[in-house]
Amino acid sequence: MKNEYIPQASKIREVIRHTDLEYTFRMTYEGDVKPGQFFEISLPKYGEAPISVSGVGAGTVDFTIRRVGKVTNEIFENYVGDSLLIRGPYGNGFDLEHFKGREIVVVAGGTGLSPVRGVVDYFARHMQECDSCTLIAGFKTLGDVLFKEDFALWKEKLQVIQTVDNAPEGYEGPVGMVTRYIPDLKFKNPENAVFICVGPPVMIKFTVQEILKLGMKEEQIWISNERKMCCGLGKCGHCRMGSTYICLDGPVFNYVEGKNLID
Amino acid sequence: MGYQLTKTQMDELFRELSETYDLYAPVLMKGEGCFSETDVVRYGKVTSPDEIVWDRKSDYSYKETLLPINETLFYFTEDTASVPQGPKRDRLVFLRSCDLYGVKRLDEIYLKNGFSDYYYARIRERTKFVLMGCGTPCKSGFCVSMGTNRAENYDLYIKPDGELGYADCRCGELEEYFRKAGAVEARVVPDYAEENREQVTLPKKLSNESFTREIWNEYGARCIGCGRCNFVCPTCTCFTMQDVFYRDNEKAGERRRVWASCQVDGYTDIAGGISFRKTQGERFRFKVMHKIYDYEKRFGYPMCVGCGRCDDVCPEYISYSNCINRLAKEEEE
Ligand SMILES: Cc1cc2nc3c(=O)[nH]c(=O)nc-3n(C[C@H](O)[C@H](O)[C@H](O)COP(=O)(O)OP(=O)(O)OC[C@H]3O[C@@H](n4cnc5c(N)ncnc54)[C@H](O)[C@@H]3O)c2cc1C
Ligand code: SF4
Ligand code: SF4
Ligand code: FES
Repeated sequence: MKNEYIPQASKIREVIRHTDLEYTFRMTYEGDVKPGQFFEISLPKYGEAPISVSGVGAGTVDFTIRRVGKVTNEIFENYVGDSLLIRGPYGNGFDLEHFKGREIVVVAGGTGLSPVRGVVDYFARHMQECDSCTLIAGFKTLGDVLFKEDFALWKEKLQVIQTVDNAPEGYEGPVGMVTRYIPDLKFKNPENAVFICVGPPVMIKFTVQEILKLGMKEEQIWISNERKMCCGLGKCGHCRMGSTYICLDGPVFNYVEGKNLID
Repeated sequence: MGYQLTKTQMDELFRELSETYDLYAPVLMKGEGCFSETDVVRYGKVTSPDEIVWDRKSDYSYKETLLPINETLFYFTEDTASVPQGPKRDRLVFLRSCDLYGVKRLDEIYLKNGFSDYYYARIRERTKFVLMGCGTPCKSGFCVSMGTNRAENYDLYIKPDGELGYADCRCGELEEYFRKAGAVEARVVPDYAEENREQVTLPKKLSNESFTREIWNEYGARCIGCGRCNFVCPTCTCFTMQDVFYRDNEKAGERRRVWASCQVDGYTDIAGGISFRKTQGERFRFKVMHKIYDYEKRFGYPMCVGCGRCDDVCPEYISYSNCINRLAKEEEE
C-alpha cells in the first residue's frame, strides 16, 4: 500500500520573485496535474504547507508562495539551488471543460490568483477555445502585484482589469476593490457567461453578491475555498465543512454547492 | 464456538494468547483522572484477566490502540526519510459493543474517505476484537437509542464470572487456544445492554437552518474548549501534523501526527489572522452536528455510538446527550 505521507524531493528549477513576500517556485514534476489542485510542500523540521498549483509546464509545476510563517519563511530563506519535499496533487482543481466556449470572467484577490493562473494562462494561449475571457485581479498596492510578466501577455489577449486597493497620487490605472468593476461587465449572451472567484473569504462573499446582482444564476459561478489543512487526504479533519472535505471534494466548488457549505 | 472455563483455565488462556498476541484492555491508572485525585481507566497491555477492569466502562476508548495519541510518520536525516516499523505482533483489543461500532467509524475515515491510511491500515489488519459484555449497563451510555448495543462482529467474547469464565469464539485462528486450555464447550450468548438509563431521541429534521439555533450559544457560554470530549470519543479522528527536531542533532528529526480537537483554539486558524470558528458556540455546534447529522449525510449512518464518555469527562458538566434531546424537542415546537 502506498504511504501517502511520504513526500518526494523535487528540484527547484527557477525562482521568480514577484514581491519581497511572494515568489514563484518552478519545480520538477512529472505527472497529471490540474490548475487549482494543491500539493503539501515541506521542509523537514519546519512542517508542511498546502500550496496551490499556479502553473503547469512540461515536466514542471509552479507554486506561488507567500511568506507568512514557519514553513514559508524557511522556504524563502533556504531555497537556493536546493529542492523541496512535495506530495500531491490533491483536491479536484478546475475542470477546463466547464469554461470552454463560454464568456469567462475570472475575479481574483491577491494570492488568490495562483490557483486560477493556470486557467487564465490556458485560455490566453488558446483563445479560440473560449468565447471571451476577462480577468479582474485586485492587489493591495502596486508593490503587491503578482505575475507581472504574465500580465503583459494577458493584456494583449484578454480583457484585463488589474486594480489596486490603494494607489499613489496621480496613478492612472484602476483603483478600488475588484467588486467595483463587476457591474460594468458586458456580455453578448449573459446565459453563456461563467465566473471564477478566488481570494480571501470576504472577497468571495462580496464578489458573488455583485455577480448575482447582474442576474446571473448561481450555477454560473465557481469558487475555490481555502481552509486549514494538515493532511490533504481526508483524514485530519481540519478542512471539513459540514459533510464536505475541502481537500477531497474541493477546493473548487460550483456555487450551487459552495453556498451551502457552513464552517 | 462457546466455551466454559475454570479460573485456572482462563489464566492459562490469557497466558497462551499473550505468547502470540499483544492484549490491550482497559486497566486502572491511579490518580491520572481528569478530576483531581481520581483514577482513570484507559488502555494498557495485559497478560491476565485480573489486570482488566471488567465492571466499569473505560474513561478513554480503545481508540488509542489503533490510532496512537502521538504517532511518528517518519524520521528524517538530511536527505532520507525512514518509516518506523509497524506492530511486530498481532493484537487483541478488548472493548464494549458501542466501541466495536466505533471501529466501523474509524475504518470509514482511515481506510476509505479518499485515501487509505498506511499507518492505521497496518495496525488494523493485525487487530482482532474481544467483546466485553454489558450485563449491567453503564450509567451515561445510550447505546440502545443509537442501535449500537448488540455488536455481533466480534472475534471473541469473554466474560469472567467468579470462579468460572465464558467465551464465544468466532475466529477460527483463536479456537486452538481454547482446546489447549482445556475449555469445555457450552452455549454462550454475550450479555448485551437491553435498556439504558439515558435515552436519546435523534432529531429527524436537522437541516442547514439548525446551524443557527440559539442553543449553540448557550452551550458555548459554558464550554471552556478543553477538548476532552473529543479525546475520549471512540469516533473522533482528527489530528494535527508536527515536525520536531532533536536538540542534540539538529540535522535529524521526525514528522508526527498528534490527536487534535475541534473545540480547542487554533483548529481552524490560517494565514492572515483568519479563523473559521472563533466562538465556543460555533465549535460546539460543529462537533454535535457532525456526530448526529453531517457524518450521516456523507456516510449514511450517524457517527455517535452513544458511549456517553463525553458526558462523563466534561469538567463543565455539559451533557451532550441532553443537548441532542433538547434539539429534538425544539424541532417539535
Ligand atoms: C488549498 C490551499 C491552497 C493554498 N495555496 C496557497 C498558495 O498557492 N500560495 C500561498 O502562499 N499559500 C497558499 N495557501 C496557504 C498556505 O498553506 C499557508 O499560508 C501556509 O500553510 C502557512 O504556513 P507557514 O508554516 O509558513 O505558516 P505558520 O507559521 O504555520 O502560520 C502562519 C499562519 O498560517 C496559518 N496556517 C498554518 N498552517 C496552515 C494550513 N495548513 N493551511 C492554511 N493556513 C495555515 C497559521 O494558522 C498562521 O495563521 C493555501 C492553503 C490551502 C488550504
Ligand atoms: S459523541 Fe460522546 S456519546 Fe457519542 S460516541 Fe463520542 S464520546 Fe460517545
Ligand atoms: S464540551 Fe466540555 S469537554 Fe468538550 S471542550 Fe467543552 S468543556 Fe471541554
Ligand atoms: S486536510 Fe486533512 S482532512 Fe482535509
